Amino acid sequence: MDICVCIKRYPSLGSAIMLTDDGMAIDTDKLGFTLSPHEECAVEAAVQLKEEHGGTVTLISMGPEGVEEQIREQFAIGADRAIWIRSDSTDIDPQAAAKAIGDAIEADETAFDLILLGSESADNANAQTGVRLAHRLGRPVATAIKGMTIADGVATCERAVGTMREVYRVRLPAVVTVKDGLNIPRYPSVPGRIKARKKPIDEVTGDLDAPSIQLMGLTAPIRESKGAQDLGAGDEAADALVDVMKQIGVLS
Amino acid sequence: MILVYADHDRGELDPLALQVVSAARGLDADVHALIVGPNAEKCVDDLASAGVRTVHHGTNAAIDDYTPRANANAVITVMDRLEPRAVLAAGTPRGSEVLAHVASIKDLPLVTECSEIALTGSGTAEVTRARWGGNLLERSEVSADVLLATVQAHAFAVSEDAGDAQVEAFEVPVTDADLEVSIVERTGAAETGVGLAEAKVVISGGRGMDGPEAFGMLEELADILGGAVGCSRVVTAAGWRPHAEQVGQTGTKVAPDLYIAFGISGATQHIAGCKSAKTLIAVNTDGQAPIMTHADYAVVDNLHTLLPVLIEKARAAQGA
Amino acid sequence: MAEELQAPSEAKCVVIGAGIVGNSIVWHLARLGWTDIVQVDKGPLPNPGGSTGHASNFIFPTDHSKEITQLTLESMRQYKEMGVFTECGGIEVARTEERMQELHRRMQSATSFDIDGTAMLSPAECKEKVPYIDDEVILGGFWTPSVGVVDSLRAGTIMREKAQEMNALTSLPNTEVMDIEVTDGHVSAVVTDRGTINTEYVVIACGCWSPRIAEMAGAAIPLTPAVHQMKDIGPVPFFADAKGDIEWPIIRDMDTFMYERQHGTGLEIGSYAHRAILYEAGEIPSIEQAALSPTEMPFTQEDFDLQDEHAMELMPDIVGDETVGEKYACNGLLSLTPDGAPILGETPEVKGLWSAAAVWIKEGPGVGKSIAEWMVLGESEIDLHGADISRFYEHHKTRQHITARTGEGFIKTYGIIHPGEQWTSNRDVRLSPYYEQEKALGGVFYEAVGWERPFWYESNAPLVEKFGDAVMPRTAEWDARWWSPIINAEHLQMRETAGMIDLTPFAIFDIVGPGALNVVQTCAVRQMDVAIGKVIYTPVLTPRGGFRSDLTIMRLGANHFRVVTGGAHGMSDRKWFADHLPADGTAQLQDLTSSMTTLGVWGPNARAIVQSLTTADMSHEGFPFGSCRVIEMGSLRVLASRISYVGELGWELYLPMEQGAKLWDMVFQAGQSHGLIPVGVGVYGTGGRLEKGYRAYGAELDAEYNIVEAGMALKKVKDADFVGKEAFLQQREEEPVALMCTLSVTDHHSASGEKRYMLGMEPILTTDGAPIADKHGRRSFVTSAGSAPSLGKHLLMAYLPPEHAVEGTELLVEYLGERYPVVVDRVGATPLFDPTNERILS
Repeated sequence: MDICVCIKRYPSLGSAIMLTDDGMAIDTDKLGFTLSPHEECAVEAAVQLKEEHGGTVTLISMGPEGVEEQIREQFAIGADRAIWIRSDSTDIDPQAAAKAIGDAIEADETAFDLILLGSESADNANAQTGVRLAHRLGRPVATAIKGMTIADGVATCERAVGTMREVYRVRLPAVVTVKDGLNIPRYPSVPGRIKARKKPIDEVTGDLDAPSIQLMGLTAPIRESKGAQDLGAGDEAADALVDVMKQIGVLS
Repeated sequence: MILVYADHDRGELDPLALQVVSAARGLDADVHALIVGPNAEKCVDDLASAGVRTVHHGTNAAIDDYTPRANANAVITVMDRLEPRAVLAAGTPRGSEVLAHVASIKDLPLVTECSEIALTGSGTAEVTRARWGGNLLERSEVSADVLLATVQAHAFAVSEDAGDAQVEAFEVPVTDADLEVSIVERTGAAETGVGLAEAKVVISGGRGMDGPEAFGMLEELADILGGAVGCSRVVTAAGWRPHAEQVGQTGTKVAPDLYIAFGISGATQHIAGCKSAKTLIAVNTDGQAPIMTHADYAVVDNLHTLLPVLIEKARAAQGA
Repeated sequence: MAEELQAPSEAKCVVIGAGIVGNSIVWHLARLGWTDIVQVDKGPLPNPGGSTGHASNFIFPTDHSKEITQLTLESMRQYKEMGVFTECGGIEVARTEERMQELHRRMQSATSFDIDGTAMLSPAECKEKVPYIDDEVILGGFWTPSVGVVDSLRAGTIMREKAQEMNALTSLPNTEVMDIEVTDGHVSAVVTDRGTINTEYVVIACGCWSPRIAEMAGAAIPLTPAVHQMKDIGPVPFFADAKGDIEWPIIRDMDTFMYERQHGTGLEIGSYAHRAILYEAGEIPSIEQAALSPTEMPFTQEDFDLQDEHAMELMPDIVGDETVGEKYACNGLLSLTPDGAPILGETPEVKGLWSAAAVWIKEGPGVGKSIAEWMVLGESEIDLHGADISRFYEHHKTRQHITARTGEGFIKTYGIIHPGEQWTSNRDVRLSPYYEQEKALGGVFYEAVGWERPFWYESNAPLVEKFGDAVMPRTAEWDARWWSPIINAEHLQMRETAGMIDLTPFAIFDIVGPGALNVVQTCAVRQMDVAIGKVIYTPVLTPRGGFRSDLTIMRLGANHFRVVTGGAHGMSDRKWFADHLPADGTAQLQDLTSSMTTLGVWGPNARAIVQSLTTADMSHEGFPFGSCRVIEMGSLRVLASRISYVGELGWELYLPMEQGAKLWDMVFQAGQSHGLIPVGVGVYGTGGRLEKGYRAYGAELDAEYNIVEAGMALKKVKDADFVGKEAFLQQREEEPVALMCTLSVTDHHSASGEKRYMLGMEPILTTDGAPIADKHGRRSFVTSAGSAPSLGKHLLMAYLPPEHAVEGTELLVEYLGERYPVVVDRVGATPLFDPTNERILS
């Protein structure tokens, strides 16, 4: 089974977000980069499927130079190769992104049985690239999936709704967008790292359409400290906590 | 006119749909709603009470449960006929999914997780939407004849406007391909106990729990308070607890009456999931952990020594 | 938090920083009796987010620096006392022959500095202790049983709490320092976001943030934040049963600049091998911005690629296990300094402002104790001259210098550093007026505090042939590295005819004014109330009677003294004298270092040469030894001073920097008919002085030894008071427990038959191979080593306890894993060469 996983490079945030002076982006100067948990789970799922069914795992990522770092990271997990759609930024209009990814997938010589994405990006949460990509490729899509098994060319996908799970069956080839919790992603091993260095990255140039959503500015909501009331420590704190619980009415 | 896609599950209206109606009425008094599939008519009264005067009900004999692409076709049918200025849906997996299909088919932009929407001119709109799980707000201008948008949960309060709604039924055009992906089955409560998302009390643990063992005490406390156990992402990544208990941007977003965070420092990813709690109590050895700026009450102490005492006292109070 | 902390408005001392260093300092200050100490940190307690919080926390005690080793041993003692030290042992393994030699050298240092139980191990023995290494890739290891891991955060908390229990300390976490106020050159207040604290003393113990804090007061702490990479892998099946934090010996894979340590069920892999990644203090993220902590920067895998392979080579079963995942990785910040040493002591810029920066976990509590002693008692038990903040010249404090040297020095963390090794970056910063002439003569330039000066001259190469085996040629590469037989040839030629030596790096400062005599009397041991025109060589003591320095002072006028001291220690000496200037302004210090140059002319023909250039009377009677006066040499007015550090007749000639080149040419010309050659510092600093038994500050002389032990006590002690006098008087009454001796090697042949020459710091052993210690526990080791070509010997200086300090006693010296017989040639200061000083005094 040949699987393609779309991954995105994100800054690794602390407890406060710093913006650039023009307020149009996050100031990533002092930050490291990572994937989102959704995408880590997508790669883990792909690698598990490869281990189970054989085949290959291809990564696709869009962005400038730095995306190689996240690609190599996932190579270390077990992905085999990558398609890098070079673009100036990772902040790409979802319509344009889906089109460029679709173009790259069509142009690639591998006919992917399954294309995995995160259900939404950690930063912009547009929650639509997977669906748009499915339409672009003429394939069925299931979204926000937290459980998946594949048998006989059909992906059985579960979406968590409250305490229930909705089950969808999607015939391959298909697109599935997944959520954190699908699995517990493994950590890269040192031999994985070493192998990762030799795995190929094919660079393609994306033809990006002009965005129809124009960013006007970002603001980090000012976080006023609520001025937490100090309940002390030890027995005193336990008594105070019980009082608070009574006040709220969660304890009779 | 503004069209609201109102989702329901086997006839039970998604409560967020009424918030979406409220958002729509802020744009235009003329708000229509769309419901699709069998049993959907049960939702009409609720929609009417929120001020919807026209409900479009799309059906097709082939549609027997939620079917994303068929629902999208229903939206498109109404859109094409009535040319609404905007189509809104709740920012739920289904709401996003249906509008994403619509957006794909109609090649229109879709803005998600909006907390403010303003129609600024013909074919333009300005929105404020959440990025990074609400830790960052984005203002954007959207150019589209029909604005497609999902609405962030709890950004708009439901406003009552009693009245009746006229139901206009129509046949949803579907092909076999449209029907291919739909709910084929529901499996029972995957997560046991009180559902995290709906729990009135959430007792959460983080890195400071130092391992899976101490979660037993959180379960005990949650039992006493009739609540659910939650945790931070560090905990699920370490395999101490199942992912279903993860509270945060990529886990469950909760809005309980009481949220107690034991040994959780308060990374953006976690705060995104618990900031809607009515009362937040943080227990941490570090009095200056970021979580403290969100907390209503703080206990600066070692959770491992505090919890046994607290459990005993809470149980005594409950018994009294 | 609801209750807002308010800073106290008054304090005796404000310590900025609550890492291991700050916490150690507050405790030791309290222990020594200070109260009203306030500690400030911008982060929370107990882990404010600095480098202490992510440090690997293991300690290998052996270092080639005595000072650093002593700080480490003292720290280990304190960690053990606090119960936060877990001994696990450690092995430094070698993959190359050169490293094996270096490990033997570490054995030497371990013996010299009293580290017990160390041993060289075969690969199989290494594997026996650490079964998960592949012993095929190593040649051997250096075992230190006392290696251990500490809980530095816990130690910090214990010390802070002890100070609090004594009611001596207020700790203010989450408090940002906004400014440091200075009044009349003295620190006066620390402005924080919780209020202003008026204070007498401020200690900056802020790790890599220190430069930024010091800058607020107008002082410089020349360090840079730099990255050290580490990753944690696990869980490792082999460690599944590990109960404790550390159960297996720590491995330092020296040739790959890496370490591996078991950590619970995981393995931590650390590296100092990647390119030096430097930051500016302002580039460190705030606590809120940082994903982990401010000093745990994002890991850069590409810098670790090679390290992954190296780790896998050494520990294939663990690191090569595909199921063992990488759980944590970071680029941890630490502080690097241009010369690699910590930065300790009162800043020369601001009185009362102290630095305790660039300190590793292994030195933290030792530094805390030493700084506290220095502040409260005026000196520390451990001599800290190598780490003294006042050692820096202005160019040392520039960003370019810091960047260049830390970039070059980073790799030396685990490197093999030859004692003579020269820096290659940021050179040619200070050029003497003779530089062009020296270059033309093939000068091989070594650096002295920025100054470039020839260690020898290639133009003298033909002399090697002339003197033949008398130059004591060295065939072993290590012995001959950073050395040339030309040095010894120059030495022999100078003793035959004459040599001219560039002494521009001297630090020169004048003490002037009606109070000047009192200042120099206070600082100097020797009588300074002498006739105008006298030159006095004098030790300078610490309050407890250890060596603070040794230098010469010329009396140029009734109220005018000129202090001349070695460049390396010059800035520190300047601060010492400046600190003793009277408050009433009746004496001032004028620094002439950059305005005066010095040229030395020595040798049997020196008088003829100098006399040929002046009408002044240069005869022995007309210009006696130990005198100085201004003479005219052509159109130059030159201050000539008749002293010698090489044991020959001659003069130091002082004149304005811009006239130096002229003087050089005149002397060089005039010398041609007298056989004069240019002579490098190789002769001046080693052979010349060793033959004469002259002690050098920083080698034979430091604060732990006294004048009596050094054999430098004169019969009379002056009436005037001076620093250390009381102690000195007492020392004279007591039997010394160690005596400075000069030894020579009686057989240089190694087991392989090659002649070997010691370079210094080697342990002296009894003939049965036992280390020698004096009654104070101080081990005997070689303080200086070098050729004595005029004696045909290789000389070693060492302090020996009285039972061994007997001329003719046979002992051993250990050098690179072998032992060589030595004999005590001299006890005390009487020179081996020209013992009656006939050459100097004629």
